[in-house]
Amino acid sequence: MSMNNQGRPTTPTSGAGEAMETNVKTFTGNKALMIEEALSFEVGDLSGSGVDLPELSGQYDRLGGVNRNETIGLPGLSEPEAMRHFVRLSQKNYAIDMGPFPLGSCTMKHNPRLNEKVARLPGFADLHPLAPESAAQGALELIDTLAFWLKELTGMPAVAMSPKAGAHGELCGMMAIKAALEARGEADRRVRVLAPESAHGTNPATAVQCGFKVEAIPGDGTGRVDLEALKEKLGDDVAGIMVTNPNTCGLFERDIRAIADAVHDAGGYFYCDGANFNAIAGKVKPGDLGVDAMHINLHKTFSTPHGGGGPGAGPTVLSEALAPFAPLPYVSCEDGKYSLVETLHHAEAEDGGDTLGRLTAFHGQMGMFVRALSYMMSHGRDGLKQASEDAVLNANYVLARLKSEMTPSFEGPCMHEALFDDRFLKDTGVETIDFAKAMIDEGYHPMTMYFPLVVHGAMLIEPTESESKRELDLFCDALLSLAKRAKAGETESFKAAPVYAPRRRLDETAAARHPVLRWTPPQTAQAAE
Amino acid sequence: MSVKYSQDHEWVKADGDVCTIGISAHAAEQLGDVVFVELPDTGKTFAKGDDMAVVESVKAASDVYAPISGEIVEVNSAIVDEPAKVNEDPQGAAWFVKIKMSNASELDALMDEAAYKDFAGQS
Repeated sequence: MSMNNQGRPTTPTSGAGEAMETNVKTFTGNKALMIEEALSFEVGDLSGSGVDLPELSGQYDRLGGVNRNETIGLPGLSEPEAMRHFVRLSQKNYAIDMGPFPLGSCTMKHNPRLNEKVARLPGFADLHPLAPESAAQGALELIDTLAFWLKELTGMPAVAMSPKAGAHGELCGMMAIKAALEARGEADRRVRVLAPESAHGTNPATAVQCGFKVEAIPGDGTGRVDLEALKEKLGDDVAGIMVTNPNTCGLFERDIRAIADAVHDAGGYFYCDGANFNAIAGKVKPGDLGVDAMHINLHKTFSTPHGGGGPGAGPTVLSEALAPFAPLPYVSCEDGKYSLVETLHHAEAEDGGDTLGRLTAFHGQMGMFVRALSYMMSHGRDGLKQASEDAVLNANYVLARLKSEMTPSFEGPCMHEALFDDRFLKDTGVETIDFAKAMIDEGYHPMTMYFPLVVHGAMLIEPTESESKRELDLFCDALLSLAKRAKAGETESFKAAPVYAPRRRLDETAAARHPVLRWTPPQTAQAAE
Repeated sequence: MSVKYSQDHEWVKADGDVCTIGISAHAAEQLGDVVFVELPDTGKTFAKGDDMAVVESVKAASDVYAPISGEIVEVNSAIVDEPAKVNEDPQGAAWFVKIKMSNASELDALMDEAAYKDFAGQS
């Protein structure tokens, strides 16, 4: 036969691939497309630069003699080097665009491409924050329209648009509460803020930042606030409470109206952490629950991106009582002409003289406003309601399917996230962290671990409405199989996980105790030894 | 005098009116590898239940509460420099602070070894 005269084998070399997979060490350290990427400092050269800048002409500058004399030590990468470096790193990264991201309380839902398309329209994308108001009427109208819908969905009379993250929104709300107490002349007396044991860590941190003293409200054993215990803690020195609803156990606080009434009767304010608004948007209006202030994470509920740390956006809705203290700047509209109220002087003229002042340099996260409004308008009132319902349905599906092998911490049904603890791992030697690391080998980003703190070895799963039944089934099957393997005594394989990740188990303890935060050039490092 | 324990997992050992205070072996084990400790300044006074120190592990950051009221007379800065000691010897060399008690009767409300063992077993 002379059919294959190039010498190319027509049958794969049998079995070799499997056996050699773990044995071959490549010269480069790369594993095909999995590139062993060096630090940018090691790729580039400190002495070089990727750009050619012309020599400065003339002697004049306005730096007043504080010009830098030394080099700043940036790696000198060329454009292709810099681009490849970051693309290679990004390929090692897990992202919502790659697969389910079940981090509880983080709401990693799909970020629709339509949002991106709209945000890139030149009229929004290229607008400078210092552009004159006459040239920014469309952008101001967009902020105002988004503000209208946020107020509509929450049933609240006012909203501060400028906070740039959930915790920043908390700060805004708590500063408004402080300002209101000062206006009442009670700021010196009302120094205590109550927060449940299951609260997000940012709640007590925010209260302390505002000068309050935080006290924990005990749980009632079903994962909710103990109303009677709360009432006992109330008094004329309480500034307010901070409660998340639905809470971090994935449960709706059934007594929320009674909680709000009790706090109001005691003269305090009710801050609601709106991180989990995505479970109730279109279903429940926080204004009807007696809330005085609540931040809304646009990067959660309204699908703007937040992988990799942001940018977040945390507009904060305020009740009638707190509205006068809203921060600057805010958008005002008269005869169809929009303007930004940016100064105290202007605010006084607009009857807003009680404002707590300016919270941010500019007007908020404009790019996120565009995306959030795009999400709202493309979903519509009924679509937003359905998104909330589907998020809750998906979480309950996961809860129901995993019940057979894993241990839910509280009786269902849950809201948008399902909370499990480590009782099902008892006596297996496998801990929550080992279970999470094994999920990495299965191709999943782990769920939230060890939070909330009110259950032991917590695993908090939030599937969001983005996942199909097929995707949820695959995810649940993978977790059930892991749970069975743990119970069958495969402890060692869990302790060794992750096996297939670019880096195996990291030594978090050493990293925390001896952090290396600064890169030093090899010759300096050698000289120091 | 024997060691007594609070419900927040601090241990107290009184010697005259000065008490040595630390976190229990059970607490240290639950925290996991301790990576950071923050202690109060000497001379500071605390009421029972005030947060007095911070201990942070790879799993969680926790407040350490004053199990009794009084004034800080000495702190163990060795555990600030080397937080790992808290895991190695939580009820010995890795004590946190010494407090001069202002109300010795507060000791009566604390648990003895056996009662704490029962308590920690449940929690």
